[in-house]
Amino acid sequence: MKTRLVIIGVVAAIIAVLGATMTDYHDGLGARVGIYFVAILGLNILIGYTGQISIGHGAFMAIGGYTTAIMSYYHHTNLIATLPLAFLTAFVCGVLVGIPALRFHGVYLALATFAFAVSVPQLPLKWSKWTGGSNGLRTHTTPSNTWLYGVSWSCAAILFVVAWALLRGRTGRAFRSIRDSEIAAASSGVSLPIYKTLAFGVSAAFAGVAGSLLVLVTNGFAQPNEFGVILSLQILIGAAVAGLGSLWGTLVGALFVGLLPELSSSAPLIGSSHGQDVVFGLIVVLVMILLPNGFAGLLRTIDSRVNSAIKSDTTTS
Amino acid sequence: MIGFSRKTKVTTGASLPVIVGIVVACVFLVVGSVRSDIFAQQTVAGLSQGAIYASLALALVLIYRATEVINFAQGEMAMATTFIAYQFTLWHITFWLAFFLTLVVAFVFGAVVYAVLIRPVQHRSVIALVIITVGLFILIDGLVTWKWGADLKFMQAPFGNHVYRGGGVAFSRQDIGVLAVSILSVILLWVLFQFTKLGLAMRAAALRPAAAALVGVRVDVMLAIGWGLAAVLGAVAGIMTEASQFLQPTMMQPILLYAFAAAVLGGLESPAGAVVGGLAIGVFLNLTGQYVGFATSEVRLPIAFAVLLVVLLFKPTGLFGRKQVRRV
Repeated sequence: MKTRLVIIGVVAAIIAVLGATMTDYHDGLGARVGIYFVAILGLNILIGYTGQISIGHGAFMAIGGYTTAIMSYYHHTNLIATLPLAFLTAFVCGVLVGIPALRFHGVYLALATFAFAVSVPQLPLKWSKWTGGSNGLRTHTTPSNTWLYGVSWSCAAILFVVAWALLRGRTGRAFRSIRDSEIAAASSGVSLPIYKTLAFGVSAAFAGVAGSLLVLVTNGFAQPNEFGVILSLQILIGAAVAGLGSLWGTLVGALFVGLLPELSSSAPLIGSSHGQDVVFGLIVVLVMILLPNGFAGLLRTIDSRVNSAIKSDTTTS
Repeated sequence: MIGFSRKTKVTTGASLPVIVGIVVACVFLVVGSVRSDIFAQQTVAGLSQGAIYASLALALVLIYRATEVINFAQGEMAMATTFIAYQFTLWHITFWLAFFLTLVVAFVFGAVVYAVLIRPVQHRSVIALVIITVGLFILIDGLVTWKWGADLKFMQAPFGNHVYRGGGVAFSRQDIGVLAVSILSVILLWVLFQFTKLGLAMRAAALRPAAAALVGVRVDVMLAIGWGLAAVLGAVAGIMTEASQFLQPTMMQPILLYAFAAAVLGGLESPAGAVVGGLAIGVFLNLTGQYVGFATSEVRLPIAFAVLLVVLLFKPTGLFGRKQVRRV
């Protein structure tokens, strides 16, 4: 417990120092990592802790992003104030999606959420008078990259604590029991409808905050293209690479999704702007085949191997 | 086993109300087409697009029946094979030769995807399988964009742009051609599954893998062939899609959603259902687009989503699916 707190403190300090010392461009990049961190954290609550799959979280990000853009464009709301609004809007939408999702299992839930992810970005095109159509809406001001870095990592820190508090107690136990066996959970008095929709709502709310931050980091533009199906897939992949059901892996997943495009576009051989998807897809497929529990699983295995090695050393000596 | 015989009845799984409903829908379409020229045109165009959805939906159903995987990369695999056909035509191979060469490439591609990516993780969780196919989605997308670029490509139109006129009705030769090729490939596949020994072995491997292995069927090979055939159907869908629009890496993404809706409407495990579902979705989308003011082209995808949602909520087994009883 104590070592964990120390690690959290060190990671937070590194993130803070990096933000203060890095160039403007890298701050923008770092802000993106923070945004993916929030989104993957939310998705991990849903998939990793309650065992409900969603390929539709890009849609919740779109909902959050458009909340921010609309409030800012039409009402000149303070950008920070739009974040809790995005959280609430996405939470409500998440609960609304979560209610029909109660009846779906496994592949059917995957299909329905995928369809949701493909459909939602079409809606701003339909009501283009109000949402700017494919050109999108722009917030009334655009913040600097350093500001964004600070805000997105502050959000990440706050939401990490929220997630940790939620998952460590009664609710977390209920979530995990649903993941392991719905029937056993229901028989021991866990209300499936309440906890499953709650998980959907919270998870969507996190995605909503990430979405509104994403709008801010793309020069304040909310555009349908930005929230296409690929975004949903990237977050899902980030969560899988990180290791489902691990809050710690989330940081790795966020670094992977946020930095890989940048790293691979400057790498030799694949150094075109499209090479990133090749590397991205390849790594995902390899990780899924070779590391069934993602990066966090790898760490856990190494940890237990080292521990057992130490133990056997002490017993033999 | 003496004195014990089990009666087996072969049915499509469709109940009487469903069959009646389909018949009524067909009568409605015919009567409408006779009375209105625009209705007839939209119906034929809808059937033509629906045939593409049906091919892709059938590919999804084949794979789902064989390996219980929903292949989210099916559309992208179809898109990639279409680009291969495009590459063939760049080498001055005639369209139809390129078409058949592509089908061969697609078959190998599908079988290799199964052997390399799916088989190692086949018995893992649904989530792991979904993520693998999602990874494949992005990988293929990246490879194609890397090799050919994201801009629009043009291919020679296989059916020309001739328009047939009968009375006041105009049918494009292209719509008829797409419909014919898609339906023909579906029929050929059905013949393969229903009347050949290979088809029998494949059905056995999909439905009762352990029992099939005991009587000497090589289950892995059969499942790989199943994936290969699904990729072939996808390639047909891809090339036929290209015939009616331009070639670009994102072209199959909306079609994948229509195919999902079609497969779910037909009942995820029913090949006949996938075909009926695909045609129904194609016609439904075109007719609502024509006659319902709200249903502009931007809401085609949300409408397909709505269809999928309504089916899953009120009749999760689809039109042709059988109810499965789960033991607790």
